[in-house]
Amino acid sequence: MPDETITFRVWRGDPSGGQEVEYRVPAVTGMVVLDAMHYIQAYLDGDLAVRWNCKAAKCGSCSAEINGFPKLMCKTRIDGLPADAPIHVHPMRSFPVIRDLVTDVSWNYRVNKEIAPFTPAEDDGEPWIMYQEDVQRLYEPRKCIECFLCQNTCHVLRNHDDFAGYYGPRYMVRYQYLAMHPKDILDRREALKQKAGIGYCNITKCCQEVCPEHIHITDNAIIPLKERVADEYYDPIRWAIRKLTGGERKPEESTTGPGIVETPK
Amino acid sequence: MTVEERVAEAPSVRQPPTNAMPGRGGWWIQPNSVAIAFTLFILYSGWSVLFLSGHTTYGPYLSPFYSPHIPLNWPLSAAILVAWVPLGFRATCYYYRKAYYRAYFRDPPACAIGEPQHPHLFAGSYSGERKFPWVLNNFHRYFLYLALIVLGFLWWDTINAFHYGGTWYVGLGSLLMLANVILLTGYTFSCHALRHLVGGSVDCFSCAFAGRPRHGMYGLVSKINPYHPNFAWLSLASVAAVDIYIRLASYGAFGHCLGTHFGC
Amino acid sequence: MAVDYEIHDHDVLIIGAGGAGLRAAIQASNAGASVGVVTKSLLGKAHTVMAEGGMAASLGNVDPADNWKVHFADTMRSGKMINNWRMVELFAKDAPNQVYQLERWGALFDRTPEGKIMQRPFGAHTYRRLAHVGDRTGLELIRTLEDRSIHTGATVYMECIVTRLLKDGDHIAGAFGYFRDDGRFVLFRAKAIILASGGWGRMYKVTSNSWECTGDGVAMAYEAGAELRDTEMVQFHPTGMVWPPGVRGILVTEGVRGEGGLLKNSLGERFMEKYDPKKMELSSRDVVARSIYREVQEGRGSPHGGAFLDISYKPADFIRTKLPSMYEQFKVLADIDITKEPMQVAPTVHYAMGGVDVDGDTAATTVPGLYAAGEVASGLHGANRLGGNSLSDLVVFGTIAGQCAADHARGIASFPGIDDAQIRDEQEILLRPFESGGGENPYLIHQDLQDIMADHAGISRTGPGLEEGLAKLAALRERACRISIKGSRIFNPAWSMARDDLFMLTVAEAVIRAALARTESRGAHWRLDYPELDPEQGKVNYMVCKADGCMEVHAAPIPPMPPELQEVIEETS
Repeated sequence: MPDETITFRVWRGDPSGGQEVEYRVPAVTGMVVLDAMHYIQAYLDGDLAVRWNCKAAKCGSCSAEINGFPKLMCKTRIDGLPADAPIHVHPMRSFPVIRDLVTDVSWNYRVNKEIAPFTPAEDDGEPWIMYQEDVQRLYEPRKCIECFLCQNTCHVLRNHDDFAGYYGPRYMVRYQYLAMHPKDILDRREALKQKAGIGYCNITKCCQEVCPEHIHITDNAIIPLKERVADEYYDPIRWAIRKLTGGERKPEESTTGPGIVETPK
Repeated sequence: MTVEERVAEAPSVRQPPTNAMPGRGGWWIQPNSVAIAFTLFILYSGWSVLFLSGHTTYGPYLSPFYSPHIPLNWPLSAAILVAWVPLGFRATCYYYRKAYYRAYFRDPPACAIGEPQHPHLFAGSYSGERKFPWVLNNFHRYFLYLALIVLGFLWWDTINAFHYGGTWYVGLGSLLMLANVILLTGYTFSCHALRHLVGGSVDCFSCAFAGRPRHGMYGLVSKINPYHPNFAWLSLASVAAVDIYIRLASYGAFGHCLGTHFGC
Repeated sequence: MAVDYEIHDHDVLIIGAGGAGLRAAIQASNAGASVGVVTKSLLGKAHTVMAEGGMAASLGNVDPADNWKVHFADTMRSGKMINNWRMVELFAKDAPNQVYQLERWGALFDRTPEGKIMQRPFGAHTYRRLAHVGDRTGLELIRTLEDRSIHTGATVYMECIVTRLLKDGDHIAGAFGYFRDDGRFVLFRAKAIILASGGWGRMYKVTSNSWECTGDGVAMAYEAGAELRDTEMVQFHPTGMVWPPGVRGILVTEGVRGEGGLLKNSLGERFMEKYDPKKMELSSRDVVARSIYREVQEGRGSPHGGAFLDISYKPADFIRTKLPSMYEQFKVLADIDITKEPMQVAPTVHYAMGGVDVDGDTAATTVPGLYAAGEVASGLHGANRLGGNSLSDLVVFGTIAGQCAADHARGIASFPGIDDAQIRDEQEILLRPFESGGGENPYLIHQDLQDIMADHAGISRTGPGLEEGLAKLAALRERACRISIKGSRIFNPAWSMARDDLFMLTVAEAVIRAALARTESRGAHWRLDYPELDPEQGKVNYMVCKADGCMEVHAAPIPPMPPELQEVIEETS
């Protein structure tokens, strides 16, 4: 591959608008898109705005849309892209552009703040015993590196602008962890239905398709949570059994903020 | 932060979504192929179920559309008494939902692709699965219960298809029926709702009633759950194939050669 | 008159939102302080996410014989006894509590069959000691602290770069910097400041460190008059990726060796037999890094100039469960399936043992009101850090710093005054590259600095080489005064690079000067002209401080260890 150059068309601009700018970058064996952006910064255009941290697919900072598909720049090899065509690099479309490839993703952090944190029972001072079988499925949601590619791709946010109604796939993954954790005592179903808006999801699985950590967001987070919500709201037989037996309820997560509402009587 | 504040701070100025993504081609192939395949199946199965109530058996074989066999004397096709069960099961299935929202409703047609502006059924604007009719998809589990009963009949039919003339019998039809019922079993048992019911709803297996066996069942369903889409497609094809084979045989397309061995 | 800036007041300002910064934020908030956390990146992206193998704590879950004393002795020995023994003592005692605390905040570690926290073996730890989650323990730690800290009332300033610590007389008074998204200047007034800004690996070319690790905290503390310590001690992690060129330096977790990975040279020999027949691959990092370096130097390296690290003899499922991100990393970035083929690895700059000198009990620096925790601080690790000790370092000393800074702030009635001259001066430094026509490119200055450090202050060092490096640094600093950049202040990476160059030049000088002073080989510091350990220099730390505007190095005697700790060392030998 040496002695070749690769053509990049990088979107450059700010909130008022922008356009693709063409750069030619020398090819290096095994190079990724982020390497090319660094080359452009060092030798062609020093002020090209790119957000990145670890360059090892562990921090989830360098999210972008490469040839129209949401990806991490540090994990997208040049030799995996069509060789005869220019490579288009654009910022994530679902978030406002700050400059060039950098977008304002602070909305996600505000959402996270609304979710009641992990809430265990009173501390009894003893180390917890948790068996592998109880926590096995909880490792997957913890792999999330918060690159927000799923948020960017989710059509509820991207195409329908339902930022008011839906928290987005990243936070369904967060809820999966909280809801299934054997030590978390909160019932999160009402919060999921009301403030998190899980009903907005129509499980078209794009979040799962773009996840660089290969988290099965739809199959293992959203659908199981939808089923839990269905237990509570869409299952007349369970409803009847609950009415008849009047079983004990867990304390519920608040539907308006991060707090806890009282246990319903 | 209140919901109102979050609304106020939602991303506003941003690039509009588009389906003319630079450098991206071919995204329309998948949704359109799916739409064509679904349409063909719906046309064929609808025609078969509604209008072709004759020629649904041949020797020991029974078309899956007409199982269980209901000897009923009325002008309509007997199949419609049962066919709504598998129809409802598939229509509310988490895999098919993805497929038809993409293929038919373009909500979205493909990932990170713009959606055509279109009115949404009943709701006006997009509301996901929160309003009629899509909110009904939440009742998937009830269709699962019924589909499990139907699956029982299909196994019964399949076992019967290996008996003919008072003896064991193996024919292409019985093998096709066996393949079909295996694929349908795979489809039914890889269901997300089943996964939830057998163990997915448990937070602590080591503390729950019958936790260990439930964990075991949950593990089994979880193992085949990723293949749910594959089973969905293969079983769709196999149902149609068995129906077509039995009809053709019944019309005499293969001659009258119910044999007792392969190839007749 | 200074250019406009906005002002934020906090009892405690924390610079850095990695493990130490967030742990300090939680502690200080809980202690009743109003807390601000400043991070150069987005929340949760700090270099802590790159920690892979685990966090060391003597829980004794898999080896019941383990206890704080053994951990203490392991850490002291591996640090070649120039550690701050009081820090090590506090650390070894508190680490298990911190692990359990994290679990109660929602962290999830791998489990033993009995349902306890699993622990894995790591280099030079006597027992299996590292609580871990596969090979992404750092991510678990930072996510847990992130999700916890956002509910404590602390204000997080994301993508905000602090470039100067401000003082009122001797006391710390605030910090000045700017927001990346629009370049607006910001003044933080604070009664206490905690530095939790990490290390300085980016001054080396081959490094596992992320964008942020440019030594700003160390340089700012130095400028503010704090003493630095052990800056010659730069850890080379033995196993970084070597091929393809773009990934050179990316970390290959020690967990690979912890789970059984074998190091071999091009002849197929397990060469660690020669260098440390007892601990083999799980020898301490300085020893393994030097061994690989020697094998390559002597012509027994792999095709791309490293050693082979092979775990493919283990079952594929085991590798994918225990080392999932390593599997993914090699598959995607290097086309190598580690369940089938060996990896190629070589030493990569990983960690700075040196940094700002702190008091063990309070995490206070020599500047009143200024605290430091995590990699930016120094003392815990001595001459070589044990794998897994950094994550527990973050939470143990993050807690101490948070508590002590909050206590300190409580004792101060009103915000210290800040004279405009300091702010004007910093604004002038920050804005100079936009106005300068000097034409020096900040990225190329950085690359040249990396070359100097690789050539003159790398894994092996010599007196003349260091001297030459020092001269080159002086010349580079001249050029750095003429950096000019184009564009605006809105998210301009060249702008931050320009200031980072200055920080790194300062720290680089501290590294080289201390390395010149230490005329022996100890831990990570390897002098070819002084290859032996010098017992006399084992009694001192080299301190760096600013005296009359110049950098000065002096030896400070290590206080004698109290008898009860002496005993601990003796009884575990």
